[in-house]
Amino acid sequence: MTDKRVSFAGVWLPAALLAPQLAITGVFFLWPASQAIYQSVLRQDAFGLSVKFVGLDNFVRLFEDPNYLAVVRVTVVFSAATAILSMGLALLLAVAADRVLRGSTVYKTLVIWPYAVAPVLAGVLWWLMFNPSIGIIAYLLRGLGVSWNHVLDGEQAMILIIVAAAWKQVSYNFVFFLAGLQSIPRSLLEAGAIDGAGPVKRFFTITLPLLSPTTFFLVVVNLVYAFFDTFGIVHATTNGGPGQATTILVYKVFRDGFIGLNLGSSAAQSVILMIVVIALTVIQFRFIERRVHY
Amino acid sequence: MVERRPLLTVLTHLTLVLGAGFVALPVWIAFVASTHGPSDFLSGLMPMWPGDRLLENYWQVLSRGESTAGAPPIGLMLVNSTIMALGIAAGKITVSLLSAFAIVYFRFPFRLAAFWIIFLTLMLPVEVRILPTYEVAASLGLLNSYAGLIMPLVASATATFLFRQVFLTIPDELTEAARIDGAGPMKFFRDILLPLSRTNIAALFVILFIYGWNQYLWPLLVTTDASYYTAVMGIQRMVAVPDSEPLWHLIMATAILAMLPPVVVILLMQRLFVQGLIEQEK
Repeated sequence: MTDKRVSFAGVWLPAALLAPQLAITGVFFLWPASQAIYQSVLRQDAFGLSVKFVGLDNFVRLFEDPNYLAVVRVTVVFSAATAILSMGLALLLAVAADRVLRGSTVYKTLVIWPYAVAPVLAGVLWWLMFNPSIGIIAYLLRGLGVSWNHVLDGEQAMILIIVAAAWKQVSYNFVFFLAGLQSIPRSLLEAGAIDGAGPVKRFFTITLPLLSPTTFFLVVVNLVYAFFDTFGIVHATTNGGPGQATTILVYKVFRDGFIGLNLGSSAAQSVILMIVVIALTVIQFRFIERRVHY
Repeated sequence: MVERRPLLTVLTHLTLVLGAGFVALPVWIAFVASTHGPSDFLSGLMPMWPGDRLLENYWQVLSRGESTAGAPPIGLMLVNSTIMALGIAAGKITVSLLSAFAIVYFRFPFRLAAFWIIFLTLMLPVEVRILPTYEVAASLGLLNSYAGLIMPLVASATATFLFRQVFLTIPDELTEAARIDGAGPMKFFRDILLPLSRTNIAALFVILFIYGWNQYLWPLLVTTDASYYTAVMGIQRMVAVPDSEPLWHLIMATAILAMLPPVVVILLMQRLFVQGLIEQEK
């Protein structure tokens, strides 16, 4: 950790300054997390009368449960599709916005604002667009001979939440891709042009490799977003259905814990999610450290 | 631009126009839906052009709400959302400024430990500790209160790290000068550090206001009393009406109202917003 050469003396003052942050962290983060870990090795009977220690049995059961594995698969498909769709669109728009000379501020504004729309509202907006009886997209798809009903068709429900989740995240990715593009030295692109590389070739051999730190960073951020922040989209539009077709991990923790009251299993699922976040955070920080020493 | 390619320029503009259209379309449709009467949705395809019930619908959701769904008037939810968003933004910034100041400008025994405890919070989003956090809030009597909506979300590792970075770039000469002039640590904090981090604070405030406004899961858990519903979570109650067609015009009017404040904030403070977004991830 870097240090200041000049510092103030005293122990009580810094302790008092840190107290609010540490108190909140202790009460609302560390204690609940430790409770989740503790409960994940316990099992309650159906009436909540007795509790017994079961070791890692809750975890073993989860990984033997085809239902849970299906949810893992749904989450992976959903996260990957959301990340690819939103990053792809954002990169396309960022490359375009980086290239235009006139009106780039206006375009930027027009793409950036959905960042402010809550995921749940994005879900509700697309839920209307895809509504089987009155939605415009469902209507257009009917014209193409596709009968759209995400209430009955699991794959279509999945498409609905992917589109809603990706739509909301385009603006975020756009901001970072544009910042990345603007930090690429023009001289490199000009050198490429003089050597006879066209725009497409320049993009794939110069721009894209130089953007790779940004891309990597965004992959991690988008996965975290798809894993956790999209809860509202699922909860408000598909409720995890039909069947379990759109039940993602976070939604299952919520449903098993709050509605199913299966505490041990819900806690074990929480612990698994914690491990996922820790892994993603570690990856992100190792990468950022590398970038600093670049 | 490296060279002139008129065709590519046309294509570029076309891409951007289509992209902006894709981004705006759902909101336009929602706005159109919010200006029609309930009977306009029975005919099959929903209308594509605004109707004449704009003021009527918005007035209804703002003052009365959708009474059948047990949701309070949106006016009240918007007030709740504002209190929560401002509380979270102000709270996070205050708490983080103080702890960053302590970590950067003091040397005390448990400094590294404090740093790591704060770092840990990064790894524990609400979503992974739903049930136990709810139990803590319940046992502290925080359910259905503004304190319950705000407090658990106030600790922040990213904001603390951001201010730490800012403080590390402030030259030591200023600290020395302040000390020679006889200023104590808190006077130095108030008169030198705060003014120098003004734009960082403003940029972070924009981001955190949006973050607070858009909270969904936590308000959903801690509020059962409808008078504490926030706009973003309240909409779920209107959508989840069992066994009946949703009241599209009222739901969409609510959705538009719920997204309006943060969108306006971004549009008015775009520069600060972009700065805050990029800085926060450094």
